[in-house]
Amino acid sequence: MHLLEVKDLHVEVDGKKILNGLELSVSRGSVHALMGPNGSGKSTLAHVLAGKDDYVVTQGEVLLDGEDILALPPEERAAKGLFLAFQYPFEIPGVATMTFLRTALNAQRKKRGEDELSTPEFLKRVREVAGKLGIEQEMLRRGVNVGFSGGEKKRNEILQMALLQPRLCVLDETDSGLDIDALKVVADGVNRLRSPERAFVVITHYQRLLNYIVPDVVHVLSRGRIVKTGDKQLALDLEATGYAQYQEQMA
Amino acid sequence: MNAEVRPIKTAAETALAQSFAAVKRALPGAGAVGALREHAFRRFETEGLPHRRVEEWKYTDLRALMREAKPLAAVPDAAAKACAKDALAMLPAIEARRVVFVDGALVPELSDLSGLEAGLTIRSMAQALAAGDRGLLAHLGRIVPTDDVAVALNTVFMGDGAVIHVAQGAALVQPIHLVFVNAGEPASVFARSLAVIGKGARAMLVESHVGSTASEDQVNTVLELKVGDEAHVDHIKITGAGAGALHVSTLMAAIGAHARFNEFLFTTGGAVVRNQAFVRFDGEGTIAGIRGASLLKGRQHADTTLVADHAVADCTSREVFKSVLDEEGRSVFQGKIIVQRNAQKTDAKMATHALLLSETAEADNKPELEIFADDVQCGHGATSGALDEDLLFYLKARGIPAKEAQALLIQAFVGEAVEGIEHAGLRDALMDHVVAWLEARG
Repeated sequence: MHLLEVKDLHVEVDGKKILNGLELSVSRGSVHALMGPNGSGKSTLAHVLAGKDDYVVTQGEVLLDGEDILALPPEERAAKGLFLAFQYPFEIPGVATMTFLRTALNAQRKKRGEDELSTPEFLKRVREVAGKLGIEQEMLRRGVNVGFSGGEKKRNEILQMALLQPRLCVLDETDSGLDIDALKVVADGVNRLRSPERAFVVITHYQRLLNYIVPDVVHVLSRGRIVKTGDKQLALDLEATGYAQYQEQMA
Repeated sequence: MNAEVRPIKTAAETALAQSFAAVKRALPGAGAVGALREHAFRRFETEGLPHRRVEEWKYTDLRALMREAKPLAAVPDAAAKACAKDALAMLPAIEARRVVFVDGALVPELSDLSGLEAGLTIRSMAQALAAGDRGLLAHLGRIVPTDDVAVALNTVFMGDGAVIHVAQGAALVQPIHLVFVNAGEPASVFARSLAVIGKGARAMLVESHVGSTASEDQVNTVLELKVGDEAHVDHIKITGAGAGALHVSTLMAAIGAHARFNEFLFTTGGAVVRNQAFVRFDGEGTIAGIRGASLLKGRQHADTTLVADHAVADCTSREVFKSVLDEEGRSVFQGKIIVQRNAQKTDAKMATHALLLSETAEADNKPELEIFADDVQCGHGATSGALDEDLLFYLKARGIPAKEAQALLIQAFVGEAVEGIEHAGLRDALMDHVVAWLEARG
């Protein structure tokens, strides 16, 4: 069984059709890259997977480990191991990053019937991961993402991912706004999490990120559906030729 | 010219007038105190209870809200004191010297009046009034004079309260916690307190108003506060459960030069609450924070009416008020900053924010600036709205259930105001109160 199966997914936002019968199967241990021009529906797919409620699914299924998750609220999807790294992580003044991390981790553990993590164990884990991502302790005491640079916000997303240990990680343009050094830090963070049990859907415009997070499968999304699937060579070809041919194919 | 048409007195107005005629000889203080009462009564008689056509009372129409006037509270009996003890157990656990008033009367056996720190005196207002104390009369009604009718009514009937004096240079380590408990039969309570803080002194006053949850009491409480030059004073008023069916409270504070003053108004209880704060800056170089938070549900109504009068140059004030409104809760904020003609270099900023958790909640925000000087920095901002859906989604996407996600955001919202309290223990106690309020939400 695939870890993620998206079947004939149709989605509308404000009455406008964005996804048009999208099909996608992702198996454990694999990294899928999802590429495509602006407006092709990449971010919509990410948000629909995570459960944002202003996206209306008119048809289709999303199965996580064979279970349809479309009826579940976002927090239950998260507890089942789905994680969305946001393209634009939000700032939450007044909610300390540490409080946020601990609340999220313990809420998920509770939902899964596991014990809450002890404070020393929690702190140990956070310090360990934060250290690898170059996130200073002082930043963790601030409000979530408050006063963080674009790169710091993205690293903070990876920190959350590493701490929550999801099964399916969806990265929504995690490379946007990152310089090359920050990109490497983020990619290293992702690569450390690669495991036979975990899968990634990496959404990106550019091939560059895929030099660092090497995908097993590359899909091209256009007008709300996948129009081509290949291996990592496809991303390199796209870099050379652009998306124009796929947009025409649909027309 | 038409003569002003006086409406027929309401039942409550008539009852108050009759009550004064009946009890005035029994109220503490004769002579000068009696004259103060008579003078205030004439003010009340002319104006009646404030109503919606009086601009300052537009959103809290006391004449309409006060259908009747409860009888004056009796001296607390053993049952009332026992009941008060239960309420005391519910108070925030802060290390403080407690002075307890039950139905407006000082109860020494529930209070900690022994071993006062050097430079501190605490007396009963009723006794000081009865004795016609000259030091008291020098200040009573004179610190920030007002013609507000609620204050006049308090003066008419003022009973007991605390008279606190902190000597010049005395730095009190322990906060003073004035606890007003409504315990007996439904009644009118008129508490009056005075605190004079000497030059360079340090003091923290906490004032809690609590009682049995279904309190039908009508409470009118006044604190006059004089903060000396270079003094550092915090006053935190907690209007908790059982604060009364009608709870009108007035702070009149005059702040000296180079002083630090922090005011905080925290409201979760009471059915109809009006918190008035009249603060005047009398000396240059003073820094003040005037903040508050109200958490309201059911049909609670809480009105905060603030006047910050920058009468002299070079003072800084920050006003931050937050309200969280659930069900049919309603908050009113009227905040006025006055900058007098010679109050140059005034730096005053006022913000009022309301968070509406239901479709039926209501927030009325009315910030005002009256600026007569030309070299000042003043500003105000007002917002009201719901919780941010994007932030809620972000939290939920991390596995945090909706209710908990809301609670985190609400705590952060209130926390921004509570952070202004310097005393860490009290800050924590108030945030615990916020958490309890959130947990009790249906």
